[in-house]
Amino acid sequence: MSDEVLTAPLVLEYPFTRTTGPVIGAFLTGLREGVVLGVKRTDGSVMCPPLEYDPITSESLSELVPVSTVGTVQTWTWNGDPRPQQPFSQPFAWAMITLDGADTPMLHGVMVDGPDQMTTGMRVELVWRAEREGHITDIAGFLPAVDSATGEPGALPEGVEEVRSVRTPIRMEYTYTPGRALSQYLRAMKDKRILGDQCPDTGQVFVPPRGVSSIAGKSTLPDLVELPDTGYIESFNITRVPIKMRPDLTPPYVSAWIVLDGASVGFMGLGMNVEPEEVRVGMRVRAVWKPDDELEMSAQNILGWEPTGEADEVIDDYSRVGRPQREGAS
Amino acid sequence: MRDVAVVAFAQRQESKINTESEVEFMVPLMNEAKDAVGLTQQQIGFTCSGSSDFLAGQAFSFVMTIDGTGPVPPISESHVEQDGAWALYEAWVKLQCGEVDTALVYSYGKSSPGSLRDVLATQMDPYYVAPLWPDAFAIEALAARLLLERGVVSEQQLAEIASRSREHAASNPHAIRKTPKSVADILAEDYAMAPLRPSDLPASADGGAVVVLAAGARAQELCERPAWIRGIDHRSDAHTLGVRNLTQSMSARIAAEKAGVGTDKIDIAELHAPFSTSEAVLTTALGLGDDTVINPSGGAQAAHTMMASGLIRIGEAAQRISRGDADRAVATATSGPCLQQNLVAVLEGE
Repeated sequence: MSDEVLTAPLVLEYPFTRTTGPVIGAFLTGLREGVVLGVKRTDGSVMCPPLEYDPITSESLSELVPVSTVGTVQTWTWNGDPRPQQPFSQPFAWAMITLDGADTPMLHGVMVDGPDQMTTGMRVELVWRAEREGHITDIAGFLPAVDSATGEPGALPEGVEEVRSVRTPIRMEYTYTPGRALSQYLRAMKDKRILGDQCPDTGQVFVPPRGVSSIAGKSTLPDLVELPDTGYIESFNITRVPIKMRPDLTPPYVSAWIVLDGASVGFMGLGMNVEPEEVRVGMRVRAVWKPDDELEMSAQNILGWEPTGEADEVIDDYSRVGRPQREGAS
Repeated sequence: MRDVAVVAFAQRQESKINTESEVEFMVPLMNEAKDAVGLTQQQIGFTCSGSSDFLAGQAFSFVMTIDGTGPVPPISESHVEQDGAWALYEAWVKLQCGEVDTALVYSYGKSSPGSLRDVLATQMDPYYVAPLWPDAFAIEALAARLLLERGVVSEQQLAEIASRSREHAASNPHAIRKTPKSVADILAEDYAMAPLRPSDLPASADGGAVVVLAAGARAQELCERPAWIRGIDHRSDAHTLGVRNLTQSMSARIAAEKAGVGTDKIDIAELHAPFSTSEAVLTTALGLGDDTVINPSGGAQAAHTMMASGLIRIGEAAQRISRGDADRAVATATSGPCLQQNLVAVLEGE
């Protein structure tokens, strides 16, 4: 058997839309209108970007004040290998910048040619993005400021539509590896063989295999067991409404809980070549495989489950899984 | 308060575990720890785990590993989306309640399937910071420059920390970065994320850890020399980076006070310090002196397993006490950017 590790791309995306509330919303509205706002804390200092609360004292804050678009670098680091979605596609400096009129620094990018052009204490000026929507990225980044730059604070925006929500999508890419048991299972699928794993304590067989018996809390590796592609329907439902994620399924269709011969647990399968009204608990079924030349290392090789025409299974024991209560916990 | 002790510990850390799923590599570890004290899952009063769905790229990923405990008939269990040190804290609280005498704690993480630096960007403020996707190394580097330019620590001292981590790691079979490197050679490295050098950064690992806790007489039955948890506390600094003083750790200092770190000599300290800079800040926050051996395992710099590194610090410290190498130890765990949240535990042999 090949030792090569199976991999598959996995992308996780969260299309978050967040509500902003009165203070963050006002800040983002300001960005859209070309004004940077901070919020006054009870000690008179100004926090920028602003929050609805003081993270140190927990007091509610609401008094917004415009601050300058020019500020001072408090600390910085050089990002020689920018990643997608970061402020600049060319190497740039990450910096904590305190804008004139504010007392707390904000994180953003500074575009210079190299780290030798960065110093703590240097003056930088905010660069607006041409198209602005009310988002932190309305600030394209910062550039070194000329000595005379003051970045006069603008006025509080009035009579404009306030930003009430913001899109903050998350996208992360992974290279998924299935582990030992599932790798064997997927490889066998390509040969139209179904593998399960067996509990070393009870002999119970689980399919698909996970490499562990949850009954015993023990590994079931390295040897998996092969099961036939026949079994029976233990339970089922008939779906009569379309499901967005499965446009290939035309209602009504049968989702069945299939227990393979020799297996202790069932799994979900699609009823095939049978009228939904004819499906019943105990009905004997066999796998309908994809054509041989379309087989992959995938459970999708099984298109569904069709009746064998055999006499129904008599299910007299639904408690296949389980074991006697052991001694009590201490 | 009930006396609660660490009575067993197992760990695994490798630069990449891609042949086994999380449950496949955690089951042998769980059984190693349970077998060490002769307990079956059904004899354990409470089970608590720590892991991260964003690392696994899967919602409710922790249920797969609960299956690995052997939870039939159903067990009393809980999960934290944090380093396992916080799972240990929950188990400690449960033991304090007096309903159970033993607890299984485990945590694990694989960083290799995804981009850890991207994953960690998602822990930042979701309105102002996360949309810029700053990575964890960059955020730490910003704090590092403050530490250096304000004279809190020198590049020489950071290199000494990094060099010592490698030296200690040489005898740790679980360490990843363990080739010796002199201070001069580390100072000669090009910056990775200025002013941090490659040796200042953590060596990323996949892996996990398991701890068994027991209370009172039960601990003495199960272990010849239990590592008693004499104090444990955790605190969190503000999430907003701009209002924090990144050159110190208020949360670690307060947690250390509450845990009683300063009441007696500390023989060894296992600090969850992913960066050289984190170790410098934590050593000061805990008030550790020259009579304490810092990170005898090489620490989290030598092998950093997200979600398990903190629990491993507690396990490493406990093991040294149980072996008789130390009488009094401190272990810390951290979470969030620039040591935002810190847990401190004081362990003693008697």
